[in-house]
Amino acid sequence: MDNLIEIKNVSFSFDAEGEKRDIIKNLNLNIERSSFTVILGHNGSGKSTLAKLMNGLYKPTNADGSVLVDGIDTKDETSEIEIRRKVGMVFQNPDNQLVASIVEDDVAFGPENLGLTPEKSRERVDEALKAVGMYEFRKSTPHHLSGGQKQRIAIAGIIAMRPECLILDEPTAMLDPKGRAEVMSIITRFNRENGMTIVLITHFMEEAELADRVVLLSDGEIISDGTPKEIFSDIKTLKSTGLDVPQTTELLYQLKKNGIDIDTDAISVKETAARISAALHLEES
Amino acid sequence: MLKDITFGQYYESNSIVHRLDPRTKILVLILDIVFLFLTKSIYSLIVPAVQTVLILIISKVPAKMFLRNIKTILPIIIFTSIINLFYGNSGTVLLTVWYFTITTSGILRAVYMGSRIILLILLSSVLTYTTTPNDITDAIESLLSFMRIFRLQNAVHMLAMMMTIALRFIPTLVEETEKIMNAQKARGADLENGRLIERIKALIPILIPLLISSVRRAYELAEAMECRCYNGGVGRVRMKRLKYSWADLWAAFINIMFCGGIIAINTLI
Repeated sequence: MDNLIEIKNVSFSFDAEGEKRDIIKNLNLNIERSSFTVILGHNGSGKSTLAKLMNGLYKPTNADGSVLVDGIDTKDETSEIEIRRKVGMVFQNPDNQLVASIVEDDVAFGPENLGLTPEKSRERVDEALKAVGMYEFRKSTPHHLSGGQKQRIAIAGIIAMRPECLILDEPTAMLDPKGRAEVMSIITRFNRENGMTIVLITHFMEEAELADRVVLLSDGEIISDGTPKEIFSDIKTLKSTGLDVPQTTELLYQLKKNGIDIDTDAISVKETAARISAALHLEES
Repeated sequence: MLKDITFGQYYESNSIVHRLDPRTKILVLILDIVFLFLTKSIYSLIVPAVQTVLILIISKVPAKMFLRNIKTILPIIIFTSIINLFYGNSGTVLLTVWYFTITTSGILRAVYMGSRIILLILLSSVLTYTTTPNDITDAIESLLSFMRIFRLQNAVHMLAMMMTIALRFIPTLVEETEKIMNAQKARGADLENGRLIERIKALIPILIPLLISSVRRAYELAEAMECRCYNGGVGRVRMKRLKYSWADLWAAFINIMFCGGIIAINTLI
């Protein structure tokens, strides 16, 4: 598979009160087309900065670093719009992303900016709203909707531009469990059914289990990169980043530490139960 | 609750007035107001009075909503009428108190001035009751598009964008204010009691967090807009286009007829 986003040797730093602070340190990362990547990291690990580097909102601060989106360098000012159209981005707070006070007008914002004809914009707005299951709310006002619904509209607003890649910067952080589940199921469906490239930035480990690949970020550096199972079985590294390990993983880890012969690569409750039951049968025989 | 405030006071209905193009409504309103001020006496005021009542009836907006609007500016109406009461310079003298005299023409003048303000308020509230704030914004953008000839289309776009965003964020900021007020009350802030100065001082711990969070929101919104390929409105094509219909032509025609009526009575009487 080819790479949609190539991050080569990128550093990002800024001056805070006369002191140079490095947010991203010599980072290399490729995002494959149609993949589902989760970037995990605690607060201040540089994960939001990394996201903004991927669509050119931020540019690498070192001269030899470059971010290529579908072969286009983000440092190239003339292709800014082209890059943003290819790589759509959804932020944490849905309230601060919606522009218009009517749902369909808001979703139309992107297509309108691209200069599409009214008919084409209409077609894309309807399509995007149906894709996130908010079509019947097209005439509503966002402030009457729940957080999860607002976030789905924000996603629809990006989908309407038909991007190849969707970057989501902690899209569920401000939502209740129901809203979180709605948003996660939409993201997974886009990836599985439409082959859309997804980069999900989060600090919820539970969300990482749905991905093809998990990248663990700490202090601007990648400390681990692999499938969810590989990452979650390496509890020591996970804990060193200061993240909360899922309870299931923690349980298996503690069992293993106490001398029980058990596989620690499970993430979901079901899998964990299967591992424990397998271990129990082993003990018996 | 603060959250339920209706800004722009739109009243949902499906009358002919509601369905008119917002641009027609704005232009007709301007025309009607100009002619309202061209009336010379209480007699020519009869024409716009009939016209306004007809518009109110076909707008299907309940009368009590209009009465509410008049109630809020009642002091101004009374004040204007009383002042004008003493400006009559002809007619029979009815009463003389100290320097002031009230004549029959003074009474007519007071009634004329008072009813002119009432008609003005009624006509303008028809616009806000029958048109959503979004439609008004779109209409203003469209009506001002002639500014292109002065190369000011960017300014017009910015004005419309600011209005759109302001409308979008009013409920959000109201909600936020409520949250901050509750948070400060939970810390023991007293917002309801005390003298005026104390109450104004109590507002500072509410306004400062509100200001800071608004700036932060603005920053995030700007980034989100950039991510949606916004570049200041260059090459932007709106999805919804306002369209004139035959009803708009009729509305304009009928209103122009009424304005003609005003001129006729002005010259006859």
